[in-house]
Amino acid sequence: MNEHTVKSYEEELGLLDRKIAQMGGLAEQLLGRSLEALERRDPKLAEDVVRSDRAIDDLEREVEEQVISMVARRQPMANDLRHIVGALRITTDLERIGDLAKNIAKRSLAIADEVHPRPLMTGIRHMAELALHQLKEVLDAYSERDAEKALSVWSNDTQIDAMYNSLFRELLTYMMEDPRNIGISTHLLFGAKNIERVGDHTTNIAETIHYLVRGFNITDDRPKDDQTSSTLISGS
Amino acid sequence: MNDQSKAFTMEMDKSGSVASDTVMNPHKVTSRKVSVFYGLKQALFDIDLDIPDRAVMALIGPSGCGKSTFLRCLNRMNDTIPDCRVTGEIKVDGRDVHDPDLDVVELRGRVGMVFQKPNPFPKSIFENIAYGPRIHGLARSKSDLEEIVISSLEKAGLLSEVKDRIHEPGTGLSGGQQQRLCIARAIAVNPELILMDEPCSALDPIATAKVEELIDELKKNYCIVIVTHSMQQAARVSQRTAFFHLGILVEEGSTADIFTNPTDKRTQDYITGRFG
Repeated sequence: MNEHTVKSYEEELGLLDRKIAQMGGLAEQLLGRSLEALERRDPKLAEDVVRSDRAIDDLEREVEEQVISMVARRQPMANDLRHIVGALRITTDLERIGDLAKNIAKRSLAIADEVHPRPLMTGIRHMAELALHQLKEVLDAYSERDAEKALSVWSNDTQIDAMYNSLFRELLTYMMEDPRNIGISTHLLFGAKNIERVGDHTTNIAETIHYLVRGFNITDDRPKDDQTSSTLISGS
Repeated sequence: MNDQSKAFTMEMDKSGSVASDTVMNPHKVTSRKVSVFYGLKQALFDIDLDIPDRAVMALIGPSGCGKSTFLRCLNRMNDTIPDCRVTGEIKVDGRDVHDPDLDVVELRGRVGMVFQKPNPFPKSIFENIAYGPRIHGLARSKSDLEEIVISSLEKAGLLSEVKDRIHEPGTGLSGGQQQRLCIARAIAVNPELILMDEPCSALDPIATAKVEELIDELKKNYCIVIVTHSMQQAARVSQRTAFFHLGILVEEGSTADIFTNPTDKRTQDYITGRFG
């Protein structure tokens, strides 16, 4: 890619990328630590996560302001336009991922004193590991402008959905076994849902990267495997 | 020359284009293998470009890329330049503009032109507009002529501003008004095709906006080809955009596609400001 004749334009685009990378790093870190707090029942770590979400919010605002200013002043075209609009979209998804991590941390605080059912925690851990891996891959795809990698992230989301489906069933069963499990199960269910949502935002980012690099949207409908909104286990 | 013709990427139907921009009216102008020479120097190489009717086609590219040269081929303005030779075929409404039987004056009646600097005749506003219809014999009576003048001024959005001083000199108008007077003059002879060579480069943003609004109005009835150095202007006013570079047509496509996702790297470099 040739450089812009106007150097400050080039610098602004570079700055935008650095901010996205910074946000991505923070989102990754927050998600990882919120899951650690959940698993280790570590209220201190959880509170720390809740506090650190601010940093992502601040960065989102900075990116947003920079994008608006660049659209007004540079009137970007073609790949620059896609770059700048893409940054705006990605920053929104990353901010949401930060929120979801914060929510997981809050829930871990609510159930810190309860006994965590081991097999369910293992399911959540697997799901979380995959979500974290996907997030890392998509951030790499952004910095490398790798549309193929973004596509593979995009199609791998079905695995997270599948894990969420089975976890959902397990948690329902667990609740039916003993009503005293309902409190913790509900929190874990929402936690799992949050991880599943992280996966969705990650695929959004993958779609944006694809558009940014190739100039057109991914046309196939992404297979959506979260069936829990229509699942019911009868209590009889 | 053959190598260069391979560079033509005539992508008419790329995905992701805005639907309203892909509605294509029949072609008003077709050009095939148009080359232009100034003496021994070749300025245009084998241009194949079709221009749809009732739409705005923007020609963009760096200085010296041949966009104005191409524009001037469409009404044979290059005839006025000594040593200039045009080869290839250009048809307006299916009729070859180089047909020896074709009357150039009549051609220029069908193909109006607006230039970079407003160039009203040193005559009254009325006479500026009446001149064309008179020499082309379009008005049978004085009242006919008056009607043409009034309706042309109205179409050019100038009537309300000048109706009280229609017999005062056209040169006394502001730059933007003069340019719209020139557009009124061009449409007075009822052309089918209007060529504009950087019509706003000498105008302030408000006058520019008025001319652009006028272009938007005119495209309902006319085929308009505009050469502009302002990418933003091309993006704002046109439905299709053609990018010229070093005398070749690099890329032509819907304006939305060209400015969001051009096919050729040279187009991308130019519109994003990356040409060194």
